Amino acid sequence: MRPIVEAIGLVKQVVSDGRDLNIVDNISLRVFPGESVAIVGVSGSGKSTLLGLLAGLDTPSAGEVLLDGENLTALDEDGRSAVRARAVGFVFQSFQLLPALTALENVMLPLELAGAREAHRAAAALLDRVGLADRLNHYPKQLSGGEQQRVAIARAFVTRPKLLLADEPTGNLDAATGSRIVELMFELNREQGATLLLVTHDESISSRCHRTLRLAAGRLLAEAPA
Amino acid sequence: MNDLGLGLRLLARMLRAGELTLLAIALALAVASMATVALFTDRTRLALEQEANRLLGADLVFTSSRPLDAELLREARWRGLNAISTLSFRSMVVRANASHLAEITAVEPGYPLRGSTRISAGRGSDDRLPSAIPEAGTIWGDERLVGQLDLRVGDRIGLGNRDFVLAAMLTQDPSLTLSVLGLGPRVVMARADVESTGLIAPGSRVVHRLLVAGERAAVESYRTWAGSRLPQGVRLEGVRDARPEIRGALERAERFMSLAALAAVALATVAVMLAARRFHDRQLDVCAMLRCLGASQWRVFRLELVQLLGVGALASVAGAVLGYLGQAVLGQWLTAVIGIGLPQPGLGAALRAAALGLVLMLSFGLPPLLSLRRIPALRVLRREIGVPAAAGAGAYALGGACVAALVLWHAGDLRLGSYVLVGCLATLLAAAMLTWGSLRLLNATRRGAGVSWRYGLASLRRRPVATVWQVVALSLGLTAVLTLTLIRADLLHAWQGNLPADAPNRFLVNIQPDQSASLREILRARLGSVPALYPMVRARLVAINGNAVDANRYAEDRARRLVEREFNLSWTNDLPAHNRISAGAWHRPGSSSLSVEEGIARTLGIRLGDRLTYDVAGARFEAPVTSLRRVEWDSFRVNFFVIGSPELLAGQPSTYITSFHLPPGAAAVVNELIGRFPNVVVIDVAALVSQVQEMIEQVSRALTFIFVFTVAAGILVLYAGIVSTHDERVREVAIMRTLGANRAQVLRAHATEFGLIGALAGLFAAAAASALGYVLAINVLGLPYRSDPMVWGLGLLAGVLGVGGAGLFLTRRVLATPPLTSLRQLA
Ligand SMILES: Nc1ncnc2c1ncn2[C@@H]1O[C@H](COP(=O)(O)OP(=O)(O)OP(=O)(O)O)[C@@H](O)[C@H]1O
Ligand SMILES: [Mg+2]
Repeated sequence: MRPIVEAIGLVKQVVSDGRDLNIVDNISLRVFPGESVAIVGVSGSGKSTLLGLLAGLDTPSAGEVLLDGENLTALDEDGRSAVRARAVGFVFQSFQLLPALTALENVMLPLELAGAREAHRAAAALLDRVGLADRLNHYPKQLSGGEQQRVAIARAFVTRPKLLLADEPTGNLDAATGSRIVELMFELNREQGATLLLVTHDESISSRCHRTLRLAAGRLLAEAPA
Repeated sequence: MNDLGLGLRLLARMLRAGELTLLAIALALAVASMATVALFTDRTRLALEQEANRLLGADLVFTSSRPLDAELLREARWRGLNAISTLSFRSMVVRANASHLAEITAVEPGYPLRGSTRISAGRGSDDRLPSAIPEAGTIWGDERLVGQLDLRVGDRIGLGNRDFVLAAMLTQDPSLTLSVLGLGPRVVMARADVESTGLIAPGSRVVHRLLVAGERAAVESYRTWAGSRLPQGVRLEGVRDARPEIRGALERAERFMSLAALAAVALATVAVMLAARRFHDRQLDVCAMLRCLGASQWRVFRLELVQLLGVGALASVAGAVLGYLGQAVLGQWLTAVIGIGLPQPGLGAALRAAALGLVLMLSFGLPPLLSLRRIPALRVLRREIGVPAAAGAGAYALGGACVAALVLWHAGDLRLGSYVLVGCLATLLAAAMLTWGSLRLLNATRRGAGVSWRYGLASLRRRPVATVWQVVALSLGLTAVLTLTLIRADLLHAWQGNLPADAPNRFLVNIQPDQSASLREILRARLGSVPALYPMVRARLVAINGNAVDANRYAEDRARRLVEREFNLSWTNDLPAHNRISAGAWHRPGSSSLSVEEGIARTLGIRLGDRLTYDVAGARFEAPVTSLRRVEWDSFRVNFFVIGSPELLAGQPSTYITSFHLPPGAAAVVNELIGRFPNVVVIDVAALVSQVQEMIEQVSRALTFIFVFTVAAGILVLYAGIVSTHDERVREVAIMRTLGANRAQVLRAHATEFGLIGALAGLFAAAAASALGYVLAINVLGLPYRSDPMVWGLGLLAGVLGVGGAGLFLTRRVLATPPLTSLRQLA
């Protein structure tokens, strides 16, 4: 089976204090369709950087990323965007909802960008699915953190992406809310048959994944089986 | 295109969420204020011109020594214009055994087309508007005629073959001011009566005039039509051509109006600039998210462009409508205040303002968009990532050039426009550099100061770019406001000073050298002042640099007339007041030299250093032009086109001329002068003087009103300037309070911050306004200028109180919201 995302010898080098520093250091990995994979590691170990590279949000200093069969390193910005539009959904620690759009409009946006019809109906249905049927026309600032994250999840799933990337989706939430959010993500993951790749500090989340990748100082440690 | 729909939907959502409110309001108000001020100044300009036309009795006058082509009259009537013809000629007016040469104007019903004639029942009685022109068999005579022939209303006088009844005394008439060169007493009669006098025979000297008036656009197009087929020997004049005093005053009035309009544009520009910047900041996240969701760079650009254009179009149209309504309301109010009916404005100014608004928006909105599209999607993960810098420098330059071009177009006055533009640009650069420097300097005071002061300074330094922006924008705003208050007042004052209440309103011409002493004595005894007498030599310009002057070589009608006529030359060793040397140097003692007024020099193609040959009663002399002068015609002093050195002219046959102020009710002095010196001609320019005085008054009232409007625009700039760092400030206040800072500490810190920003902006604005005032006074308006030290105090005060006050007001509102709410709103 072809991996949905594959990294080969990935390096991200930055200059810090006049020294070259590899914040992602020679990482190779494969994630297959239908899998759920957790990336864990201490703060500053390079998790977010790696995720950004895998999503084509950032360019590596060396190595390659293959996303949905396309070599991201061979594509330009717009090419990478097109792959993202086709195959990837995101959930962020700080939600990243657009404050000027209502919950419904935030969820509709990816569909509208894709030129999908019935964006309204699909978005409303998914918001209903995440339990926000009566909050469609609320602005992000009128929602609690947990509610905002549920909107963000609806936005990530509404295009039925093959790969869902999440960077500490529960990082800003209390434990109970966080576990409900994670529950939701796994449910949607199952329903839609998507692949889940998430960064987390939370052992209870990583333990629910098929695999856990451990990062330390930009390097991949031994892979722990589920 | 699919993006158009999505872009519009996003626009609608952004509008509803209030994301674009500041931008839309800034633009709408900018357009509205530009439109209002432009429409309003347009109307005032038209009104002033119409008022001035009253002096002429018409909007246009054709003059010829032969009967005018009937085609001119037919065409005028066909175009819906009013047109009547008049005849002027000289004739003896006879009463018993006395007679006097008078200038007769024969008019048709409807005369005058502009302004009015006034008559009275005799000396000392009140004058009134006549209901029609003189009836058949009657005439009206002016005060001089009545005085010379000792007439009373109802007396019979002889004119040519028949007798007429003096039906009234003429106290005011366009013909009294139309031709200052016309010398004798005046008579107005009905044209239908002329034939019966038998005075007009083939070969007699008659001036034929056709007076035309009507709606402005029709008059203008008629003027163009007529101008292209003007027969030889026919002169076509508006009031500007006829009276240099009025031309000068109108031009100054227009410059004042343009200045006001430009100040409004400058303020609008700053407001839009600030709002566009804020729009750009707020769109960062939107664009990053669009990129993250897979939209291509150009797609992000297109979506943003649709929004920008959409809000621009909406706001511009709204602004134009608002401006049109505003000026209609205010026009009505002003009609009541200044007492002249304002003509309807063209829609052009409103459309121009809307176009200017859209261009402003694109000029400031588009360059950031070009870089905004390149925002890395990574920003969604790492918030501190901004836009790649320097992307828009070229685009900004282009935008700036567009704005500059449009401002010049809007100003309608290239020189004034460029001065204001350069002034703004210089202010901008200087303020930016000085702010940067001041921030460094202020930093030195950090040690030992209280926590609030330190924190206030720190926030200024933490966002140096934003601070510089704020100071620059606020300086520009304050500059416009100061220019329209103090500088405007100073300039108007200087203009009024040119024409005080006791400005000369009578000229005495043709005084013989042996009469000057006794004439002076009479004026001193009766009026208590001795006006200066200027020698006058009548001469004809015959050659320039040895080349004979040929009237036919000049394309301009005015130039042809000037060289055909005899010039009045004067001589003096001292440069007359109200004259300024604009090129070369004033006469050196002992030299033979000429000084020429710059306007006539341009018309006749005379340059500094040219040698002019004049013919005085058959004898010729030649001298070099050593200086060009600028003359303030609307000062009503005795002015000369050409002034020679005494060495050159003192020996020539000459007469004297003077001007003086005749107080109301002192007409007896004039009669005494006429009685004692029958050859001396008294020219009454009181109507002209009061026309110009009124014009100044009206302009100053109109400007006061515009000022009120400008202050409103200034407040918008203030708001936009302060709100530009508002989000960040809300977050900081919340954090400070969470950390335990009390209200007073927060307020003090912000007072420090805003106070400093305001002080800097106020000082820069004062400097810029003073400099601009000086340059405008000297180079554009031709007025003396003294800088008013008040401007510094006022600038500082307005800056500190305005900016500080507004800033603190916003801060208090932030303080009134619980920190948690603030933080959540920004989440
Ligand atoms: N542009 C940069 N320049 C210098 N250092 C950088 C840059 N970007 C990231 N780093 C550093 O790289 C390291 C990895 O950062 P990253 O955000 O990937 O960590 P993380 O594992 O996601 O941490 P956390 O769990 O706190 O989110 C950090 O030490 C960070 O300071
Ligand atoms: Mg991270």
